[in-house]
Amino acid sequence: MIPRPKPQRFRLRRTMMFMNAQKPGLIKDAYIYGCDSIMLDLEDAVAENQKDSARFSLYHALKSIDYGDTEVIVRINGLDTPHWKEDVRVCVAGGADGIRIAKCESASDVKAVDAAVTDAEKEFGAEEGRTLLMAALESPKGIINAYEICTASERMFGVAISGGDFRKCMQTKFQADGIDLIAARGQMLIAARAAGIQCFDTVFTNLDDDEGFLAELKQNKAMGFDGKSLINPKQIRPVHELFAPTEKEVIQAERIISAYREQAAAGVGVFTLDGKMIDIAFIPGAERTLKLAKACGMYNGGLV
Amino acid sequence: MINAVKRDIPDYLLKNGKEVYQGKFYMDGKYVKKASPKTRIYEKPQESKLVRSIAEALRQCEAKDGMTFSFHHHLRNGDYVADMVMKAAVEELGLKDLVVAATSLGDANNLIADYIEQGKVVGIQTSGIRGKIGEVVSKGMLKTPAVIRSHGGRPRAIEAGEVHIDIAFVAAPTSDCVGNCRGTGGKSNCGSMGYAMTDAEYADKVVVITDTLVDFPNYPASVKAIDVDAVVVVDSIGDSGKIASAAARISKNPRDLMMAENVAKVIASTPYFKDGFSFQTGVGGPSLAANLFLEKYMDERHIKMGWAIGGICGPMVELLKKGKVKKVIDVQDFDIDAVNSINQTPGHFEMSASQYANPANKGAFVNKLDFVVLAALEIDTDFNVNVLTGSDGILRGAPGGHPDTAAGSKCCIIVTPLTRGRMATVCKHVVTVTTPGDCVDVLVTDYGIAVNPLRSDLIKNLDDAGIPHVSIEFLQEKAYSLVGTPDDLQWEDKVVAILEARDGTILDVVRQIKPFKI
Repeated sequence: MIPRPKPQRFRLRRTMMFMNAQKPGLIKDAYIYGCDSIMLDLEDAVAENQKDSARFSLYHALKSIDYGDTEVIVRINGLDTPHWKEDVRVCVAGGADGIRIAKCESASDVKAVDAAVTDAEKEFGAEEGRTLLMAALESPKGIINAYEICTASERMFGVAISGGDFRKCMQTKFQADGIDLIAARGQMLIAARAAGIQCFDTVFTNLDDDEGFLAELKQNKAMGFDGKSLINPKQIRPVHELFAPTEKEVIQAERIISAYREQAAAGVGVFTLDGKMIDIAFIPGAERTLKLAKACGMYNGGLV
Repeated sequence: MINAVKRDIPDYLLKNGKEVYQGKFYMDGKYVKKASPKTRIYEKPQESKLVRSIAEALRQCEAKDGMTFSFHHHLRNGDYVADMVMKAAVEELGLKDLVVAATSLGDANNLIADYIEQGKVVGIQTSGIRGKIGEVVSKGMLKTPAVIRSHGGRPRAIEAGEVHIDIAFVAAPTSDCVGNCRGTGGKSNCGSMGYAMTDAEYADKVVVITDTLVDFPNYPASVKAIDVDAVVVVDSIGDSGKIASAAARISKNPRDLMMAENVAKVIASTPYFKDGFSFQTGVGGPSLAANLFLEKYMDERHIKMGWAIGGICGPMVELLKKGKVKKVIDVQDFDIDAVNSINQTPGHFEMSASQYANPANKGAFVNKLDFVVLAALEIDTDFNVNVLTGSDGILRGAPGGHPDTAAGSKCCIIVTPLTRGRMATVCKHVVTVTTPGDCVDVLVTDYGIAVNPLRSDLIKNLDDAGIPHVSIEFLQEKAYSLVGTPDDLQWEDKVVAILEARDGTILDVVRQIKPFKI
């Protein structure tokens, strides 16, 4: 039995790697590749007549493997299937950190899963509220309702778009410049930021197109995404490298936080640094930069 | 007597000045006398050395009971020659009590395994032992213990006269009528013939067996007519599909790639990684993939590799063609790209196993190596490596150049997954020590990197580069926590194989395994 610490609602989630929960060879040590979160899939990767064996494999993995600092999320089957409630029970019984709600379209979808999770937490004696939720928006309706989805539960830590299904609904195909998803990505990001939760981009499926992957990552970063869903370990390093702050940003963040704490201790709330006004509004951003720098091995100090 | 790697070597093996392993560099600086080879006088004008059959060549060379025949594995699993010769010796000439001295033995030599069982072959000297031969020797069916030497240790023993070869049989992709041989130009090409060279120089008699007779002179020759007694032409010397693999491709397995990337990171963190550095890597998944990541670091730092040695395959030839490595010198070519490149691509040369790895010469290439990247079946917490015996105690591997390159190089990196199926690769005690731990510097696994505490300089290099590393004990404990603690193997007293260190001292012995019972 590997007890996992209480999941943190807000933590670094640059990379979420999908893998089939039914494949012990994949899930036994997926954490060695260094992604921030792993996403054990009970949904599309698992054939309809294998759902129970996948749950069995998932439960034993959660109970016997030490995933360390890597967050463990499970993608459950959609609410239009007969599987999702049993999926939720397995996640909670096994002690997964969070659940990804597939094909989420409304606040009531989130609330339904939230209620099922609460029931399961009671059933298995887990701390109530421990299990986190995120939603995958896969349809135009999901995107339209993004804000109510993001704010539907205290368990919600983020939303992600699922490009494949969404493109089908929109009668479009993958475009290298991202024009196919630009509106949906934008609306989802605005909703997530308004709700104060994280936002993740969809998978990039052509593993041989390194250039295309990098171009999409650059756009993701420019738009303000927190991270990306991945399908192969080789995609992890490019994301971590691209999402890493620059040396200059790290130094600046360090100076802002040090100076702010110094000034605050002396009773000063607003001051200038290098000719720029600094107040408490700058602190969360600077702290986020340092946390990111720490995860990237660029910062070893004690400010965060 | 307990030796320097804590192995108990039976006293009865320590006769005629034989010593147990005393640690690396024990013999360094010592002068030794070479055995003088035998030749014959040829004064008359010479037409041809062709003889009609292998049996006739054996008769002409006065083959008799108790002789030592040598073979070479440059045709690898596609080799027909060793079995053809042994068949003629045993079935046609009725010889017995024979000793096979090979550079490696494996799946291509099942007939020799039968002759061991029949008592016709009573001794084996080799650098690799796989397949059925490994199994029959492990069962104790060979009359005398097999002697296993590294690729460098074997020519050392031959040149010292510790191994006396009565007749060397050289499989030649092409030969002329007097025995100038090359590894290319025929129908069973292998590229380098480096393993056969020392044998041809030191054997009393040399028989060349080819399937492609070419005009005299077949030049530049790998084995030269000056050492050859007879040439036999046969229909086929080997199965070309098994001699050289199709072009080696770099692994796409994410685990291999991650380990390979870490190997390159470690290399790039050391002071030896500078313009003109030298390098050898294996052909296993993560070892070969290290090429890919190393190239990236070379480009970043604007440096080139000075030279590479080894068994060579396509990806290294690519680097040569791109001008990123200046010279490639090899004893063996693993794939079709390397076979087609040797002596063709400018800068790609052949060398003998002695030149490659023999500690008893004055300029072995391994002693000039900066980095070697090697695999392992097992590695223990003293960094001792086993590449010879399986976890079941059966002989199924090859020291090859492992101990030579590990000892000679400045930085020896072992790369292996932490577990293979239910087996812990990183363990408390390896079954057999084939490469002593004091020659091994860094271990890269999928669960972390460990540096030999003897190398505090490398530990500092890794720390300065921000490369995380752990103790090897941590890795061993992690492995056991994943797959469980293995039970000890159960051995009989009988020694079935003696493992010589490259300097000729005894590094370890392999005993007969007791049949497994639940």
